[in-house]
Amino acid sequence: LILTNLHAFRREKGFFMDDLITEFLTETNESLAALDSDIVRLEQNPNDRELLSGIFRLMHTIKGTCGFLGLSRLEKVAHHAENVLGRFRDGDLLVTPSYVTLILESLDRIKMIISGLEETGSEPQGDDSVLIEKLDAVFEGRDGNPDNGTSGVDVIPDHVKDAADPLQALFDSTPVLPQEEWHTIVTVPEDDAPETASAMEKPAAATPPPAAPKAETPAPAAKAGGDDHGGKESALAAQSLRVNVDVLENLMTLVSELVLTRNQLLQIMRSQKDTEFTAPLQRLSHVVSDLQEGVMKTRMQPVGNAWTKLPRIIRDLSIELGKKIDLEMIGAETELDRQILDMIKDPLTHMVRNSADHGVEMPADRVKAGKPETGRIVLRAYHEGGHIIIEITDDGKGLALSKIKEKAIKNGLATEDELANMSDQQIQQFIFRAGFSTAEKVTSVSGRGVGMDVVRTNIEKIGGSIILKSVEGKGSTFLIKIPLTLAIVSALIVESGGERFAIPQLAVRELVLASEKSGVKIETVKGTPFFRLRDQLLPLVSLKELLGLTSEDNNATKYIIVAQIGTYQFGIIVDRVFDTEEIVVKPVTRLLKGIELFSGNTILGDGSVIMILDPNGLVKAMGETDIADAGGGAKQEAKTGHGKEKTALLLFGAGNGAPKAVPLALVARLEEVETAKIEYSSGKAMIQYRGQLMPLVTFDHTVDMHSQPRKPVLVFTDETSTMGLVVDEIVDITEEIVDVQVSANADGVVGSAIINGRATDVIDIGHFIRGANKDWFKRHGDEAFGEASSIGRRVLLVDDSPFFRNMLTPLLKVAGYNVTTLENPLEALQMRETGEKFDLIVSDIEMPKMNGFEFAKKVREENSLWKDIPMVALTSHSTQQDIEHGMDVGFSRYIAKFDRETLLSTINQALLSRGGVQ
Amino acid sequence: MSGLGLLEKEDTAAAQSRELLTIMIGDQIFGIPILQVQDVLGGQKITRIPLAPRAIAGSLNLRGRIVTAIDVRACLGMPPLDKKEGAQEMSVVVENGGELYSLMIDSVGDVLSLPYRDYEKNPATLDPQWRSVCQGIYRLKGKLLVVLDVPRLLEQLN
Repeated sequence: LILTNLHAFRREKGFFMDDLITEFLTETNESLAALDSDIVRLEQNPNDRELLSGIFRLMHTIKGTCGFLGLSRLEKVAHHAENVLGRFRDGDLLVTPSYVTLILESLDRIKMIISGLEETGSEPQGDDSVLIEKLDAVFEGRDGNPDNGTSGVDVIPDHVKDAADPLQALFDSTPVLPQEEWHTIVTVPEDDAPETASAMEKPAAATPPPAAPKAETPAPAAKAGGDDHGGKESALAAQSLRVNVDVLENLMTLVSELVLTRNQLLQIMRSQKDTEFTAPLQRLSHVVSDLQEGVMKTRMQPVGNAWTKLPRIIRDLSIELGKKIDLEMIGAETELDRQILDMIKDPLTHMVRNSADHGVEMPADRVKAGKPETGRIVLRAYHEGGHIIIEITDDGKGLALSKIKEKAIKNGLATEDELANMSDQQIQQFIFRAGFSTAEKVTSVSGRGVGMDVVRTNIEKIGGSIILKSVEGKGSTFLIKIPLTLAIVSALIVESGGERFAIPQLAVRELVLASEKSGVKIETVKGTPFFRLRDQLLPLVSLKELLGLTSEDNNATKYIIVAQIGTYQFGIIVDRVFDTEEIVVKPVTRLLKGIELFSGNTILGDGSVIMILDPNGLVKAMGETDIADAGGGAKQEAKTGHGKEKTALLLFGAGNGAPKAVPLALVARLEEVETAKIEYSSGKAMIQYRGQLMPLVTFDHTVDMHSQPRKPVLVFTDETSTMGLVVDEIVDITEEIVDVQVSANADGVVGSAIINGRATDVIDIGHFIRGANKDWFKRHGDEAFGEASSIGRRVLLVDDSPFFRNMLTPLLKVAGYNVTTLENPLEALQMRETGEKFDLIVSDIEMPKMNGFEFAKKVREENSLWKDIPMVALTSHSTQQDIEHGMDVGFSRYIAKFDRETLLSTINQALLSRGGVQ
Repeated sequence: MSGLGLLEKEDTAAAQSRELLTIMIGDQIFGIPILQVQDVLGGQKITRIPLAPRAIAGSLNLRGRIVTAIDVRACLGMPPLDKKEGAQEMSVVVENGGELYSLMIDSVGDVLSLPYRDYEKNPATLDPQWRSVCQGIYRLKGKLLVVLDVPRLLEQLN
């Protein structure tokens, strides 16, 4: 990053800076970031030798390079700080907070000089004598600290004292300094001559004065340990290269171009019969995909890079505020795109500051509340299904609802009546509104009016979302969900006014076709269009009008793209909808930066350039300035009543007989395929889909795959496989309270239910998937099908969806299990408190309040009564990462929700293996 | 000292003439310093960009890079090209601040090496809009060549 800045800088100013200095700045900035957190860690573990040598080495490198480059001011500061660090490392001076502050002060000075160097190309003028004097006072033991007795010559190691020839022993135990470290012995502060010169040409000066050798003589064990460490590090360093970001960006562009060309070739290929090009092209296609993945990986960086400053910030804050705070960072190695990392750095810092300032209480208050004196802030990052989740949790005082209410009324954000009808969760969301700050007093840390609203906006800008959970008196948790990468996204291609645009798929909820004929129509109130989407009035915006486009296309049929930002839903009217495509996002030219409606542009498979619409910008253009909780109320209402929640179902027609339904949550996509393009391989139907072969199955023999030129297909995905179910027509999406009557005999049907007033078959997707893909079944573990006695075994089923509870409970009961069904993990944990025991727990993953991963962690806690109960995870779309994460937190099996055969066999196995253990 | 002298000499030698790519817009001949030119393109498929200023004609794909098309006629306050004349539009691709721009013009002529003695800075009477995007004028035989100041032209759009 620094490199790019410098390049930009050079270009702008035409300024010439020595490449060596550029390199030095990059390296030093990295080292400094690392030093900051190391020194704070040192304060917590003052006796950590390894840490001490690490810090010392870093400071030493900075100093050494400065000398080489002739940066005398920088060198002096580093040199004197290194002297003091040397004494800590050798253990003859104990690390105290005031010393750490002094070292941090020196680091700040170094940073200041470096930033001056970056700006002007030479060291800024200034006087460091006060700082140097302070450092020297500590080094020479005249800083008034009773524990800091001068040089420590009197401390003679025991083995030396007891040796027969003490002098020889002392000599033996004194490791020979490597030549490049000789100059560290020279402690004459005024010495400005280059280090190497002083070491080589002035042997007299290098001859240690009595105090010096001791100061530079670490205990042999520590030295050896330190050397080992250094050796490991350099071995690692040899395996990595420093590459300019520009080079990577360029590579990325080239690969994108390659991908596009490949797609074009594949497009041409599809219209040809078998030719000799087919096989090589397939191979090329695979190689290109791998290459793309590889290049993407080079952009990934551990999220810890955005965290390095935090320990220092927390330390400074806790001193300034008089609080005691521990910062714990988990999952720092989790990787995400460099670009996103840059964008979340500031919001994260802000939030951690907030937690320290507003969240954690003063030590006295904490003791009063029965909490440990030291507050905890936990930062945790992990992958979850193509997203990265960052949690910031503190065990502080939580959000005070009464204060938020007061503030909301005072600032005119809501009336008392409105607040009375809101849930606690909704009231808490007020902190994301502009100009809202709950701090009673404004400190230098936070509470300056720019607050959580800015954080929210920044996170939503990159397609992420932020959720707040807070319990008054117990603490708060912020959950940030962000996409792994911004560079390649899935986007829906639409047309409006004769121009094509891309809308990021992340924001798209569903598509509605509105035409006069079908009675599904757009209504207007004083010119403003609206649409009735199930029980809700959906505000609409015409893309054509918004973009000021004109065209003669006055087709009565329009498509409505239902989009969602946060909890706000709206519809975009477009003329046509094409396909979803994986697109490579490129930034728009700076000449267009002012137009908020576009988030970027891209090149499609056919080589044309199109603009990418920014859903946030669209909402802004519609005049909705604050969307944090608009529409949230309606959503909340839809989910009331215990066990009577609605399930979204996709209704379709296939073959003869009753209409069919499948839970929408299980369907990955709806596609329409040209039946002429269906190919056959060893008697199985398949189609080329997104560069892969997707097996196709029909609902039953009465469905003819080729009866129409285009056929609708429901696409199901799991881990890496995809399957398409060919049906006759897609009827509707409906939200209903479904009560499934399970029937055991019909193939491919779970049971029937009354939907839209008609008896409807609810289909068993697992059946079709097995038909399409034998591996699928194998992967989910159908080895060794032993028979465990199911009679009377107690199974706990936790799933928030009433549909699945209703579907799975009878299934398990029929198989002879004694089933207890609960709708959330919290209830389950309450049950644990009462001492209930089960033989097996089956749990959903995506649940409100507490997800399956958290639940598993709780179940697997030490002293948990349920610690040894096997757990099976149920999921609708699982990725490899999910599965790994699940296994990490304690699930023993992972199965797809719709696969009831596998569910039963898995439960059987899990119980069997448990039986073996007992 | 001798090195410095040599440098100065070379400087003046290089400064005695300049190589310019000549382009035509309407019946006026313009020049762009040849070192700024990356590519010359024939008719290209350009994607319109809604809400963009008139001088930004759209964007196009040049070997995997997205290039912003600039309507130079609009920048110079000239009427749009009359398509009926059958003239095919040409573009000259230039780089500025790490981004590529394609300047849409009527046609491209030869590369000329022009001596500095025929050069004059913008005359005070030149149209103010032109003066803001041009460097100066070369006196050619029978006509005047206006040197476009590409960085300034692009900056004006910002």
